[in-house]
Amino acid sequence: MVLTDRLDRTFAALSDPTRRAILARLERDDEGATVSALAAPLPIKLPAVMKHLDVLDEAGLIIRAKSGRTVTVRLASRPMREAMDWLKRYERFWSPRLDRLAAYAEAMEEKARQVESKKEGR
Amino acid sequence: MTTSLTLVRRIKARPAIVFDALVTAEGIAQWWGPDAGPVLVAESDPRVGGRFRVRFRLLDGSEHESTGEYLEVAPAERVRMSWRWTTGGADAGESEVEMVLRPIPEGTELTFTHRRLEDAASVQSHTGGWNGALDKLAAVFEK
Repeated sequence: MVLTDRLDRTFAALSDPTRRAILARLERDDEGATVSALAAPLPIKLPAVMKHLDVLDEAGLIIRAKSGRTVTVRLASRPMREAMDWLKRYERFWSPRLDRLAAYAEAMEEKARQVESKKEGR
Repeated sequence: MTTSLTLVRRIKARPAIVFDALVTAEGIAQWWGPDAGPVLVAESDPRVGGRFRVRFRLLDGSEHESTGEYLEVAPAERVRMSWRWTTGGADAGESEVEMVLRPIPEGTELTFTHRRLEDAASVQSHTGGWNGALDKLAAVFEK
């Protein structure tokens, strides 16, 4: 899959608050969590949780491992890292521009003050 | 439910002056372009439904353009516009930029937000225009 397709999937997966809650929970624990542990704090039924996990799995954001009857879910870091890198590109685009905007506005403020103090001096 | 980037700047200038720098063609030409390389076109009609267009060239000769429509214009307070990025003929999806100005004792606090970035995900974001010093990450996933 090319990067932009992966990003599309990542952001689509991240667009849901329940899925973000699941990812935030997984981020706290490298060992991962069982499906029932993930479902416990959520106000939705287990089948709905499973559907969210499917979306996260397809986006490559989580890894599921089955051991007997227990399924353990862990965070896969690469797609998140790619998404953050992509957002950083936007920041690298805007940040120096806003710095220049600030410098320009401050120079305009200086000018305006000079004009105003001249008027007052008259 | 959008992916957005938020940046905040404290500027030693009154909100009305910052606002003019943000939306007038003259102001935009001063800051929108890259560190090096000229702004070729800066057009702006800052009223609801009006459009802006900024075209600039990088030192590698490539040309890039941002266009959009003003969605909300409150002088010295807030401006919101649609934002579309074209680079090397490739068109990215439409996203949204909002800039909110708040008066503070030393001047203005500018909160800049670029929203719906997931809709612009098809942009060729590795192009030269995105280079620059890496600041601290201020990206947030908004509810």
